[in-house]
Amino acid sequence: MGRETILELWRYRELLYFFAWREVKVRYRQAAFGAAWAVVQPLLNMIVFTLIFGRVAHMPSEGIPYPIFIYCALVPWTYFANVVGTASGSLINNDSLLTKVYFPRMLLPAGAALAGLLDFVIGSVLLVGLMLYYHVAPSWALLLSPVIIVVMVLLTAGVGMMMAAANVRYRDVRYALPFLIQIWMFATPIIYPMTVIPKRFRLILALNPCWGIVDGFRACLFPGVPFDSRLVGTSIAVAVAVFLAGAYYFRREEKSFADVI
Amino acid sequence: MLMSAIISVEKLSKQYRIGHIRPTTLPETLTNLVTLAFLRNKSRDETIWALRDISLSIEPGETVGIIGRNGAGKSTLLKILSKITYPTSGTLKVVGRVAAMLEVGTGFHQELTGRENIYLNGSILGMTKKEVNRKLDAIIEFSGVEKFIDTPIKRYSSGMRLRLGFAVAAHLEAEILIVDEVLAVGDAAFQRKCLNTMENLRERARTVLFVSHNLAAVENLCRRCVWIDAGQVRMDGESRRVIEAYMQSMVGQTDASDLDSVENRRGNGKIRFRAVEFLSAEGDAQKVVRAGDPVVMRFHYLASEPVYHPSLGFRMYTDMGTLITETSTWHHSIDIPVLEGEGHIDLEIECLNLLPAKYTLSLWATDDSGMVVYDNVEHGIKLEVETANIYGSGKDIDSRSGIVFFPQKWNLAGTLERRVGLENSAPHQR
Repeated sequence: MGRETILELWRYRELLYFFAWREVKVRYRQAAFGAAWAVVQPLLNMIVFTLIFGRVAHMPSEGIPYPIFIYCALVPWTYFANVVGTASGSLINNDSLLTKVYFPRMLLPAGAALAGLLDFVIGSVLLVGLMLYYHVAPSWALLLSPVIIVVMVLLTAGVGMMMAAANVRYRDVRYALPFLIQIWMFATPIIYPMTVIPKRFRLILALNPCWGIVDGFRACLFPGVPFDSRLVGTSIAVAVAVFLAGAYYFRREEKSFADVI
Repeated sequence: MLMSAIISVEKLSKQYRIGHIRPTTLPETLTNLVTLAFLRNKSRDETIWALRDISLSIEPGETVGIIGRNGAGKSTLLKILSKITYPTSGTLKVVGRVAAMLEVGTGFHQELTGRENIYLNGSILGMTKKEVNRKLDAIIEFSGVEKFIDTPIKRYSSGMRLRLGFAVAAHLEAEILIVDEVLAVGDAAFQRKCLNTMENLRERARTVLFVSHNLAAVENLCRRCVWIDAGQVRMDGESRRVIEAYMQSMVGQTDASDLDSVENRRGNGKIRFRAVEFLSAEGDAQKVVRAGDPVVMRFHYLASEPVYHPSLGFRMYTDMGTLITETSTWHHSIDIPVLEGEGHIDLEIECLNLLPAKYTLSLWATDDSGMVVYDNVEHGIKLEVETANIYGSGKDIDSRSGIVFFPQKWNLAGTLERRVGLENSAPHQR
């Protein structure tokens, strides 16, 4: 991305805000529970997973109560999965915008990533409540969580841009993406702790950029979870690479959006 | 090229793939790759040039009309100028902010209120929030939907949505404004508003590019006009001359009026209609007739044997099938002694007072009692009437104002008399 692109994005920053604002405003319109869905979604997931994996399968959880162990991972994961979903459709659902008016196209998937942060914040507030309830105090590593969150947003935006651009040309994305996300979820230590993976496989699995985010997020909050900086570092590097690749692919495809869509 | 050009375009070309427009699925792409690799059959992807070597230079403050037939490349050109799509080759230099109105209300969201949509739409069109804040009251007033401004626009009528969209666009501040066919929609009052706005913009010395099929409006608004034909600049110059030449080009394309191939006809075939032509005052056959122009309808016939005292006539319908008029030699009590072999009969119309629309004609030829039908072609001929400056007002009067118009004149003398009368009855001040 050249300097000019960045300047232009800066000039259009208000539009980014408006896209995010529209997304948020519209999402829960005419939904009886409104924004409560932002809390209910990860909470229900937590309950279901706790029953299946915690109670029935007795999955280890590093000595942390299983509900909060899994919820803590579900907050960033839900952000990632939901935003990649909405971002992937952000171009094709706005085809009239793409063919009728100019603006930096990146703002559409980026708007989805920004809008998702609201749900993330709501989910995090609930997380704080759960930590108080279970008497879990965070460690000093909590200070690192902003870094993890920034990487989470970058990764999500990167994958979102990639999927959005690919979706314009290949509508297959719409069908393949839910499966991809589902498999991705099990490849990420959400329902299980990283420690159940044999040591020699860990570095390979850490190539999954979600790994570092989920495990890093967990390690930031719970003193009992070891913070493996090598694994988290690898994941973060991959996440940044994915972001750059996504942005590059998007920029390359961008010129044909209006013609192909 | 002058240095002061605000838009300069050089050798701009745009190629589109047609037919096999795009592989929609990944497997298709893969099969295509495989077939391409093995068959080396690259000609499968047909391409067309939507634009070819367009060069243009527009000075600040100019209002330029762009005309041309459907598919000539006008919209593609506008899309390239407004950076929505990219040229295949050539260079484009635009100085300053471009506001493109290729559609009214782009990005409106059904679930949001009118007020919210003003912010959203304004922002999409490149306004800052501050700008919208400043102009909000003016926009709302202009739109005329004050009462419903806090109602979700899914409850709006299409007319209200249109007015709201145009209200936002009319308050854009950009060096260059690109307008495409916006005036083609909405009722007469709305169109008047649009034209006024365009005129205001012109007076504020902004550069305006205006694409329209409404030649009357183009002539009225733009001093300069560019005619795009088959992706190329066919003519660029003073509006009136370009529009005249454009209209002239429609002449001599009479493919639709060939009746030899029409199978669906009644009659014993002693007389056959072969073609109908619409001739201009100069005697040129034209495909499209301008409202209010003189026209000669020429009916070509073939009588395979001598036919005595026939009647020939036609019925004209709107495209909704309403009969507008029927006329014939019988109506005028004109006796045709005999028709034999090939020939034609002309109907001279001094002023075609039909409003712009598409019409169809049915032809018939019978004996003088009307009992024996020689030929009858139902809805076989299309007549297209084009907009013209019929009242000399520059307004686009079209089928929303009806089917026909009459030569007419408004007289305001009565309004003056009334004032004089009041003055007389009031006691004198001095």
